Amino acid sequence: MSEHTHQPESGRARELPMARSMCWHCQSEMTGEYFCGRCVKVQPLSKELDYFTCLNLPRKLNLDEQALEETFYALSRSFHPDYYATKDEGEKAISLGNTALLNTAYRTLKDPVQRAEYLIRLEAGSAKDIRNSPPADLFDEILELQEDLDEFRSLSAGESDERRQELLEKLQADRRTLEARKAQMEDRLREQFSRWDALPTEAEGEATVRSQKDAVLAGMQEILSNRTYVKNIVNDLVAATSPTAEPGRSAWH
Amino acid sequence: MALIVGIDLGTTNSLVAYMAGDGPQVISGTRGQAKVPSIVGLTDNGLLVGDPAKEYLVRDPSRTIYSVKRFMGKAIADVAEELKYFPYALQEKGGVIRIQVGEKTYSPPQISAMILKELKLRAEAHLGEEITKAVITVPAYFNDSQRQATKDAGLIAGLEVLRIINEPTAASLAYGLQQNTQGCVAVYDLGGGTFDISILKLKDGIFEVLATNGNTHLGGDDFDRRLVDEVIRDIDTRHGVKVEDSPELMQMVRLEAEKTKIRLSDEPQALMVFSLPDGKGTYERTWSRDEFEALVLDLVEHTMTPCRRALSDAGLETGQIDEVVLVGGSTRMPVIRSRVQELFGKTPHCDLNPDEVVALGAAVQAGILAGENKDMLLLDVTPLSLGIETMGNVVSILIRRNTTIPTSAKEMFTTYVDGQTGVDIHVLQGERELVKDNRSLARFQLKLPPLPAAVPRVEVTFLIDANGILNVTASDIRTGESQSVQVKPSYGLTDDEVETMIRESFQFAAEDIKARQVIEARTEADAIIMATEKALQRGTDLIPAEEIESIHHAIEALRVAKAQEDHRQIRAGIADMEKVTHHLAEVLMDATLKEALESKKLSEVTD
Repeated sequence: MSEHTHQPESGRARELPMARSMCWHCQSEMTGEYFCGRCVKVQPLSKELDYFTCLNLPRKLNLDEQALEETFYALSRSFHPDYYATKDEGEKAISLGNTALLNTAYRTLKDPVQRAEYLIRLEAGSAKDIRNSPPADLFDEILELQEDLDEFRSLSAGESDERRQELLEKLQADRRTLEARKAQMEDRLREQFSRWDALPTEAEGEATVRSQKDAVLAGMQEILSNRTYVKNIVNDLVAATSPTAEPGRSAWH
Repeated sequence: MALIVGIDLGTTNSLVAYMAGDGPQVISGTRGQAKVPSIVGLTDNGLLVGDPAKEYLVRDPSRTIYSVKRFMGKAIADVAEELKYFPYALQEKGGVIRIQVGEKTYSPPQISAMILKELKLRAEAHLGEEITKAVITVPAYFNDSQRQATKDAGLIAGLEVLRIINEPTAASLAYGLQQNTQGCVAVYDLGGGTFDISILKLKDGIFEVLATNGNTHLGGDDFDRRLVDEVIRDIDTRHGVKVEDSPELMQMVRLEAEKTKIRLSDEPQALMVFSLPDGKGTYERTWSRDEFEALVLDLVEHTMTPCRRALSDAGLETGQIDEVVLVGGSTRMPVIRSRVQELFGKTPHCDLNPDEVVALGAAVQAGILAGENKDMLLLDVTPLSLGIETMGNVVSILIRRNTTIPTSAKEMFTTYVDGQTGVDIHVLQGERELVKDNRSLARFQLKLPPLPAAVPRVEVTFLIDANGILNVTASDIRTGESQSVQVKPSYGLTDDEVETMIRESFQFAAEDIKARQVIEARTEADAIIMATEKALQRGTDLIPAEEIESIHHAIEALRVAKAQEDHRQIRAGIADMEKVTHHLAEVLMDATLKEALESKKLSEVTD
């Protein structure tokens, strides 16, 4: 049985950058999509391959989640090591590498925050600069909260129960405020997603489009850095006020 | 293509299955039993595995190893709390537990290999061909060291382990094959020693694990121990006997507790009765299911937290789970069933035999690897986050828990001082912030070219393969050269040690059925000779001299037969012994009854 049966049946011709233009095995020119047209061996994906291209999606932020999953499943069927257990070492290694890349691509694009961070890195090469900076308007509140949190942690159960209870209630209220704030940021991020998706592709009026793009990216970057900061504090609050719980994970990473 | 078998290497029982034409099938032994108790007897006569070893357990506990899975990939400090339940002495070498039996020591993978070999022989006898490849299941929550130890066990047993697959996911494959389920499924797997919960999404033949959680030290053994502790107290109060002082009695209590627990799954009450050694009387007590459940309630609750965490990691509410599946013998306990039903709000499935479903699933996966099944594909996850130690004893996470495997993470390393030639890297697994709270996996030193500080750039790739096992590679970005990385496992055998154990395994093994029959017969002969000699001491005055003479002759004859390699001769000798000692046994029985009656009278007098 040949592996051809498990290539995604998208029908559309795709320009997927492979690592080489020649088959690693039989040295013939590559004609197939992921498999050599002549010897049917699986080909390594290029390390430069971006995740959107890998998963056959346009570089947009509101994406078709169902299409994403379908492509992921189809490509898993093409590359997964379980289907290469009886193949030679070369094919096994390629299967492993391709699947690892595919899994990372899928995980990154599935989560809206990771997706946005990845896009910024891809477009501006500067996602590393996304620091966790506190939102300017919350600065004073957060300072006070940190003090309360430190005091609460220093009080062990049993002693000064009254003060402890007081702090606990205050921190729980702070937590609700910050969670609401985080949700607001996520709404604003969604707005940026739509602005990004509405921008024309670069070919139509390059310089102006580029500057528009950069503005959206910068806006997203600020929201993301504020949100990460708030998220970390919320996690700290959850950990301190309900010690048995692990920080939960919403659809937003 | 050689046949690949699927093996469930359990804490209490192990099974082997294969893909038959019409679906996965468990291979039963000669007596028709599918389960091989995961017990190994290292007797003077040779190796016993499975049911014969279980019989040997009460007779010679210090040479009979059970529940060895609890020691896989562990150091002594990890199991300190439960040592009192184990009759054998433990040592540690290179972060690996060694079990002391007589003069020799064995690592847990070696003992597991003996069980694997037994399963291999069973499969070969049934299928009529040599078996060299296997899929072996492990608890989903097993860490890297525990998985590697399982793979080592396979190697020592002469098996190429094509895939380590998680038990709950294996079970889902068996269920999925049977029912063609779609949607979100929760698999609750409580075995003899471990607990797992896995949440999967099933769609068009893809089995995607969304999240997994568990406890690799929580299972049926722990439920038994609650009852054991009660019985120990009870025996001390009522009979003044300290169970802990007698390894034989301890094993008896353990096995009786297990039996009682199992009976209480079907009946509201169970009678526990067994005689105490040295004529200390008979222990007798009726246990009710309510009593038992009160003893284990917190253990049941301990399984609920991982369930909630897995749901939260999967981003699901209980209402979004379409089906719940129960796996593992311990899920037969009614208290487990009702608690799981309460949590998920659904009647759990248990249509497939919970003891066999994991082995069946392993066989399905074997079929997939063999290329016979291209419809199903399993996408599993790594259960624990993987990270490296950074400044301040803090762990920097590279791969998060519940990431689909295989997966890789890259990290760039450089130098802080001029001419520095190496960087020490410490790899850890776990969810905590500080190094000391996580599991150390391995350490290695990365070699760097002697250059000014911050100039070298070496990229290290941490890859978790489809077995959930870590592979480390490194390459120099400046030269493009890759470098080999010698990773020293923190809790694992080195490659050399595994090699040695593979060689040794051939010296201490029952290679074929014949050799095993001889060993079993010899063990039985030893037991009967010992019992007869004891009986002779008591009965010298009760039977005629010529009878004593003929018993001595029979003992001598059996000793001679025992030294030969023919198990039928030994069996014949045993039969002779039984015949010759028949009268002696009767006489002794009468004497015992008489004594009992007399002592009763005596007690009536003294009362």
